Formats: sequence, structure tokens, C-alpha cells
Amino acid sequence: MSILLDKDTRIVVQGITGKTGQFHTRLMKEYGSRVVAGVTPGKGGGHFEDIPIFDTVEQSVKQAGANASLIFVPPPFAADAILEAADAGAKLIVTITEGIPTLDMARVMDRLDGADLRLIGPNCPGVITPEIGKMGIMPANIHKKGPIGVISRSGTLTYIAVNQLTNLGLGQSTALGIGGDPIIGSSFIDILSLFEEDGETEAVVMIGEIGGEMEEEAAEYIRDNMSKPVVGFIAGQTAPKGKRMGHAGAIISGGKGTAEAKIAKMKECGITVSQLPTQIGATMSKLIGWKQ
Amino acid sequence: MKIHEHQAKELFRRFAVPVPEGKAVYGVEEAVKAAKNLSGPVYVVKAQIHAGGRGKGGGVKLAKSLDEVKQHAESIYGMTLVTHQTGPNGKEVKRLLVEEGCDIARELYLGMVLDRSSQMVVVMASTEGGMEIEEVAEKTPEKIIKVYAPVTEGLEAYQARQIAFGLGLNGKQAGGATKLIMNLYKMFTSLDCSLVEVNPLVVTKDDQVLALDAKVDFDDNALYRHKDVAELRDADEEDPKETEATTYGLSYIKLDGKIGCLVNGAGLAMATMDTIKHYGGEPANFLDVGGGANAQQVATAFKIILSDPNVNAILVNIFGGIMRCDVIAEGIIQATKETEISVPLVVRLGGTKMEEGRRMIAESGLTITTAESLDEGAKKVVELSQGGVA
Repeated sequence: MSILLDKDTRIVVQGITGKTGQFHTRLMKEYGSRVVAGVTPGKGGGHFEDIPIFDTVEQSVKQAGANASLIFVPPPFAADAILEAADAGAKLIVTITEGIPTLDMARVMDRLDGADLRLIGPNCPGVITPEIGKMGIMPANIHKKGPIGVISRSGTLTYIAVNQLTNLGLGQSTALGIGGDPIIGSSFIDILSLFEEDGETEAVVMIGEIGGEMEEEAAEYIRDNMSKPVVGFIAGQTAPKGKRMGHAGAIISGGKGTAEAKIAKMKECGITVSQLPTQIGATMSKLIGWKQ
Repeated sequence: MKIHEHQAKELFRRFAVPVPEGKAVYGVEEAVKAAKNLSGPVYVVKAQIHAGGRGKGGGVKLAKSLDEVKQHAESIYGMTLVTHQTGPNGKEVKRLLVEEGCDIARELYLGMVLDRSSQMVVVMASTEGGMEIEEVAEKTPEKIIKVYAPVTEGLEAYQARQIAFGLGLNGKQAGGATKLIMNLYKMFTSLDCSLVEVNPLVVTKDDQVLALDAKVDFDDNALYRHKDVAELRDADEEDPKETEATTYGLSYIKLDGKIGCLVNGAGLAMATMDTIKHYGGEPANFLDVGGGANAQQVATAFKIILSDPNVNAILVNIFGGIMRCDVIAEGIIQATKETEISVPLVVRLGGTKMEEGRRMIAESGLTITTAESLDEGAKKVVELSQGGVA
């Protein structure tokens, strides 16, 4: 087992004919992901390599059996692409696009309220289930199948955590980034609950950063609902107030969202916090008594 | 993106949000002329800089005659205004807003922001106008009234009335406030604002409700669809290095330390700064070269980092993913040759093809210190920054 992405996931890539879409579709295919269709309005009927291209997501669902969508559509059209995938019946929608207007995402979340699907992102690296497939832009080669779930707001921090785990012999059940924007489809809690239920996941790494209160909410959730051990890390301990640190969501405003407050809350809720980004893997292996 | 108060008030007028009569001016004579066109007899001269706390810093003054307008304009125009938000060096005042004064009966607070948890627009109000809202929230949270508007349906009139009556306004005042709140909400969503703050929102002695101050921030990601708003940008208020970085697809923020950082990814960039701090150093900047990090970007990043005279050592921390370390190493070598790097440089490469990348740097003949891990890299750069030998 794993979460979100498994052997039954049939991927349609929205924006498959763009430069990024083409590049990453190739890498996903190489890794063995089941990319069954692409969508670019106006280019239906054609192919990208051996993948059929459709004009609409609905066609890709009906004709190619797609059940999950990966979105590389440019920011002005991305919200529309998400809603199209949702209405076509995609159960998993992963949005890589960075720079979507925040109100567009608020509108999307409003429209998707109560819908039977899971949206990951935007502004995220995507989801990978090692040895099954990947839906996103992460480097597959650093991953290894195993018992650790990894969840993060940042792309490269996910990679360094995964790399450390793999180097210690600790593989991953599923690893994903939930995105660096203020409004995202899935929160830490949404994903933590999936990891808690997943038979293959034995422990979870959660990597947060400054801004918002998602980590604090997740910490309380872990305390109250999770039986599996969690290692946490928060980036941005040295970040100044009022400055957006790259990610639109990474900003300390109104005295809220500081790393100190998040770390304190996590510790208080029984999460083992790695003080340094370089100690995430080691902290986990110590916590679960893993010996290589 | 931030804009000036006078620009925000122009937008308020466009959305029928009442504000005092006034005019933005760029000199003392012009200020007096502007005041003559106002009805008086009381005027307000306000420094226009993006930072808050202008009143306490002496940037906002009340004038009871045209002579006093001149006096205050002379003292404020061109002054270096220091507030808790400008930093110790302050900000030169290059424009003024001259406004009509009004008879204030009550000062209130009104704000709107997109709430991340609820994913709705939250409209906040408080009877404690003029105070910092964070302070009110911390000390007397019960004094803040909040209503939430889902963006597809918008703010309902009853919610605006809840705020108006919650603030203790009487019938006529509440009518004006309700209309003002509805119009302001319309502006928030029509223009893709990320924050709107009216502090204070005032009730005058003749029961008018108007925005005495105006602070509006916009979502940068949505500026492409608001060209008129994008034109309100004031380059004087922005760090030219941060602006230059943006044009090259880099994200740079200057800080006060001595160790320059060049990292791929925002999260990793923050984590790198944290690690430097952990080993006793102070980062000079946040810099995210993005996922790609090609030679051109790395060269530009070096140039921007080195333009800060405080920088006395640089740590490059790249995790190669899809972009391989050998390609990145090539970029670093090329950039190092192109840019005269006068300070010690520590490079840490991890991830895909890291051995090749490290070997290329070691064999380049350049004086670059390499590190196997971020820990080692951070320790070395801190030693070098403090005058030691790594």
C-alpha cells in the first residue's frame, strides 16, 4: 500500500505539450508511471510520443480511462484547469504550477468544497510512491521503497530529507510536497490522516516552514489522532518578519507563523523535532530504532 | 506589492469608499497650493512612504492655517523618516498627502485579509482604532469582530451590519459603515488585494464614516490582470537588488549578516540560513536560484550577493535533482570565472551526480572550498567569515 498514488493511478497530464509538461512526462514514463493521456485544448487527436492528446479532461477520462490529473498549465489558466479536472471526475489532482493568484485558489477551494477528490498543491513538487510511479517533478533516483511517509511544504527540503532517509536505508512509502502557497488543496492534516491509515507507512517525516498556522494545527492533530511516530522540522528560524521568503506562503505576519512558535508547539505535542535540516534522517532512524 | 496611502485612497474613491478630500504633492509650494483648494480650516500633512508608524516618527502633522501647512510641509518633505518598519536608516520622504481635517468622534479599525485556514476573506473590525491590530488581538482578542466571506458568494450585507452594530454605531452611522464595508470588500476581490487596512476608520461628529488612513497590498501573482494597479509601483520604495533579482527569476532578500547564501529552493534556502546561524554565523541574505539554476542565474546571483559590502564569505548549497550537480558545477565554475569573487567561497553539492560535480570543482583550479554536507559547509563558511582558515 501507499497513499494517493498506487498501481491503479492512471494519469492525464494537463499542459502536456508545453516545455515543462513534455520534459516531466518523459521522466515520469521512464520511472514507470502510467501516463495514459495528455490534454491541450486545440491539440486533441495528436500524440506526445505514444500518449494520446485530448482537447478536454473529460475526453481523457472517458476514452483513456484517466483517473488522476497532473497540471502544468500556466498560472492564469491553472484554476480553470483544476476545476475542469475535478468536474471530469479525477480523484487525485496534483498542481505543479507556481504563481496562481491567491483569490483564484480561494475560489477553487470554495467550488471543490465537499467534492470526492484530493487536490495536492499548487506550487509543489508532486507525489511519488517509490517503485510504483511518480506524479510530479521530483528526482526519482533518490527515492527507495520503504516504511517512511514524507510530507513537506517545500520541494528541495523534501528531496534532502528523502536523500538522508535513503542513505540510511530508510525507504519511503509515499513522499510528497503539499505546496508553498498560502492557499493549498491539502493540508498537513489531510495527508497525515492518510499516512495514519496506510498499512505500509510506519513513521512520518513532516517538514514545515514559517507562515500560517498549518504546522500548529497538524501538531495538535498528531497528538490527538496519530499512533505513528512523527519527526518534524521547521525551516525559517532566522527569517525576518514581514518578508516573503520565496514561497508566497512563507511570511511571518502580525507576529504569527514564527519558527519558534511552531517548534514549541510540535514539541509540546510529542513530535520529535530535528533542529537542523541535516539531521532529519538521523533523527528518524534514532526514533524508530532503525539499524542499517 | 505595496502602494502609497494617497494611491490607496484614489482606489477607495473609485469604489465609493468615503475618504477626506486631499491631494498628493511633490514639494512645499505645491502643498500650500493644494491646501488652498481644500475647504479647511484644519489640514493634515502626511508623509507618503510605504512603512507604517509614520505619525510616531513625526511624518503626520495637523495644520490650523495655510502658514502651518507650509511649516509642516517644509519639515516633512525631504526628511528621513524613521519608524519601526523602515529600519534604522529610515526612508526619505519624497511625496506628501495634504488633506482636509475632520471632526473626529470615534476612531475604529477595519481590515480585510485572505485567511489561510478558512480559505475565505476575513473582515475584521475593532473599536480600538489607531492601535496596532496585532496588539489588540493579543491583549484583548474579544474586542475584534470577525466575519468570513467565501469568495464565490461574497460578503453579505448582514455580515457588514454585524460589524457596524458590533462596533456600537448608531442607525445613521451604521448605514454608512455597512455601505463602506461592502464597497471595500468589492475592491478587495475586484483588484486581487492581499490586505486592506483602514486604521483609523473614523466616525465624524456629524455621523459620517470615512477612511482616514488606507493601506492596501496586492497579490503579486495577480498583477498581470491589473495593469493599472501594477503601474502604481514605486521603485523608490523597493530594494533595487531585490527587484533586479526578480527579473532574473531569482528570489533575493537582503539581511544584516556577513555570510552570503546561494541556494536552490525557498525551503532549503531558509534551512541553509538556519544552519549558518546554528554554527554561529549570520546570513547576509536569502537567495533562491530556483529549481533550474543555470550558469547565467548563478553568475547574476553572485553579483547580487557581492554588491552587499557586508558579505565576507559565501556558501553555495545546491541539491541536484532533475538538474544534475555536474551541470550546476559547470555553472558555478563559469560564474566564478566571470564574476570576480573577492571573498572565500564554500560550495556544497548534494544529490544527483554529486561526485562528478565535486570533482569538477576540485579540478577547476579555482580557490573554492568544497564541503560534503551542509553541516560541514556551514561550519567552514562561518570559520572563513570570522577570519579563520577552513
